[in-house]
Amino acid sequence: MRHHLILRVVVKLLVAPIALFALYVQFHGDYSPGGGFQAGVILAVAFILYGIVFGLAKVHQVFPPWLVQKMAALGVLLYAGTGVLSLLLGYTYLDYGAFTPGHPEHGQHWGILVVELGVGITVAAVMVAIYYAFAGRTPRINDEDW
Amino acid sequence: MSVDFIISHMNYWLFIVLMMTGFYIVVSRGNFIKKIIGLNIFQSAVFMFYISLGKVTGGTAPIFPLKLENIDPSVVYSNPLPHVLILTAIVVGVATTALGLALIVRIREEFGTIEEEDILEIESDMQAKDNRRHGDAMGGRA
Amino acid sequence: MAAATTVPVLGIIDQLPLLVVVVPMIAAPLCVLFGNRTIAWILTFAASLASLLFSLHLLLQVMDGDVVSYWLGGWGPKDGGIAKGIEYRIDAANAFVLVLISLISTIVLPYARRSIEFEITKVSHTLFYCCYLLCFTGLLGVVATGDAFNVFVFLEISSLSTYVLVAMGAERDKRALTAAYDYLILGTIGATFFVIGIGFLYSATGTLNMEELSVRLPELGTNRTVQVGFAFVVVGMGLKAAFYPLHLWLPGAYTFAPSVVTAFLAGTATKAAIYVLLRFLFTVFNPEMVFNTDALSYLLIPLAVLAMFAGSLIAVFQTELKRLLAYSSVAQVGYMALGIGFLSTTGVTATMVHLFNHGITKAALFLVVGAYVLRAGTSFTDRLAGLGRQMPWTSAAFVIGGLSLIGVPGTAGFISKWVLLQAALEKDWWWMGLLIVASSLLAVIYVWRIVEILYLQQPRAGKEIAEAPLSMLVPIWILAIACIWFGFATEMTIGASETAANSLIGGRS
Repeated sequence: MRHHLILRVVVKLLVAPIALFALYVQFHGDYSPGGGFQAGVILAVAFILYGIVFGLAKVHQVFPPWLVQKMAALGVLLYAGTGVLSLLLGYTYLDYGAFTPGHPEHGQHWGILVVELGVGITVAAVMVAIYYAFAGRTPRINDEDW
Repeated sequence: MSVDFIISHMNYWLFIVLMMTGFYIVVSRGNFIKKIIGLNIFQSAVFMFYISLGKVTGGTAPIFPLKLENIDPSVVYSNPLPHVLILTAIVVGVATTALGLALIVRIREEFGTIEEEDILEIESDMQAKDNRRHGDAMGGRA
Repeated sequence: MAAATTVPVLGIIDQLPLLVVVVPMIAAPLCVLFGNRTIAWILTFAASLASLLFSLHLLLQVMDGDVVSYWLGGWGPKDGGIAKGIEYRIDAANAFVLVLISLISTIVLPYARRSIEFEITKVSHTLFYCCYLLCFTGLLGVVATGDAFNVFVFLEISSLSTYVLVAMGAERDKRALTAAYDYLILGTIGATFFVIGIGFLYSATGTLNMEELSVRLPELGTNRTVQVGFAFVVVGMGLKAAFYPLHLWLPGAYTFAPSVVTAFLAGTATKAAIYVLLRFLFTVFNPEMVFNTDALSYLLIPLAVLAMFAGSLIAVFQTELKRLLAYSSVAQVGYMALGIGFLSTTGVTATMVHLFNHGITKAALFLVVGAYVLRAGTSFTDRLAGLGRQMPWTSAAFVIGGLSLIGVPGTAGFISKWVLLQAALEKDWWWMGLLIVASSLLAVIYVWRIVEILYLQQPRAGKEIAEAPLSMLVPIWILAIACIWFGFATEMTIGASETAANSLIGGRS
């Protein structure tokens, strides 16, 4: 892809706004359409786009595969951990009211924010992991034969 | 069965057609990737079935205004629960597809093909070899 | 928005229904985060043991017919309203199956370390334990939950990790990949059928909570939507439980999966699916509806009998021990289907007893096969010649497991077949009794074939084979002794199964 100048410039311009948009969808997810699933996929798209244009080696430098694996686990842990925290405070599992006793509505806010963050991290990591898993295989037909 | 009946149950007809299309592809195609595509169509049909269940006539998107006192009791909302369920099911579907494709990649690396017929042939050869090496005449694929 | 007025402070005992499922779920990502095989194993074992203790405590709590209900996130019904959230509902039936699943997992795990060291490359060990934990979580969740859609979610968690675990056998035989792929296609179709069924039930009743479903479905009377939903649920779950014509994924998956995985799955996976089927047939759907629908009986019983004979008959001709035992599993699932087909309390009791007894028996037998694979390098029957003398302890355990599989008096297998016979005689179907005995005779043939090879044939020359290591022998023998123990101490299994059957059938309506 060394010769596709326009493609490379456009992608360089796009990656940052995509990541930013992912964060927007992530943090507005509790009171408007959006949330962890969508944000995670959008964030993953930023990495995948970068990988498609600049090559797998480059994107591995930014987001190494071992880190992808740990992030996927971390997100799940964040979600489940939120539930356990409310459980330790004497409420039922994932009862966000536990975080601000006496004002459950605020607790809901905090709880859903953390949980969605966990979802977002895991989804982004898993999507990138899927891309790595497939892109890492050597193809039968190489680039010039197309 | 009147015309009205058919038209008023349109979502179910479409669901059935789509579901059977997907199912037929899974059953009839020998190519592993096509099978996965069929499975996806099959699952999508179910997603659409659920989503159409949640539609309330005249209902709008179930998003509440930020301030609870601004809620207008006269507004009808669609049922969001099926949508949420399907969000989960879509994630499951994505995971299944990814895993299926990953298995196909590995199968092609090991067997050199992803056509069911060829693979069955290779496997029955392996089975016959096992049986020759390990005794009894019968056995294997029964 | 949870009500601010009631702030229940719950102790650990109140949280048990949830902790059973959540502890292994938390351990799974921790395994990946630590990224160390030994720590991963310790975490897995600790989580499994914790689940076992929790589920034992739950079983004691509900043994007298009580029900423990737990609403996630405090979304329970308020002031007699309808349910909003997900409920975990533990009665004798789930607690019994929870104990079975966590028991087998806890016994299998010490064995796993040595076995997967031999069968799987070291790099994948952490991920193996992670997948194992997810599969374990999924199975426990399927059983613990009282929400119909939640069943599907947990079912897919366990299935997806099972496909990965089966595919890990590819290092020894590449056919594991196609076996996993076939299982993936069929398993997904089964799960999707189940979701379609749930969708129909939801559209007819407007609820997903099993308890509410069981109240509202009878009010609807004969409703075609409900009947369609019923059919989809039964077929979908039948596929997961490997009922006879839907068993095609089972032999391949069991044969090519790593030995530990096979032992764990054989003891738990189909059992969880059968439990869900029982729960839907007898609790969610109006028992009257099921009992009046003779069609179910006409469908299940012939297929069950066919499974008993066809499975055993195919098993007789196998040259590979794992595949032989897999086909025997198809036959044994037939006995459980037969118990359901009787549509009586005794029949369901027989299914529950057999669920437990066959679980421990098959797990023991597959563990023995794993030990043979470790020492002899293969599980083809001709390579096992004379192992009875070279691996006396392992082979003795195989004999005990085999006897239990046949149903010889004094073993666990006898008890479940005895209850099944009683259920048949209760209906005055003496010919059914004869069929049960006849199919057991087929089991004698395939078990004897292996015993003959193990003890009466000369060992292969030039090969010194040592006894299995202690870490494998102990789990094998715990299960083997359990096979005999539950052949005599019948109060526990039959008592628990009867309570379970009663809570499934009579308890609610």
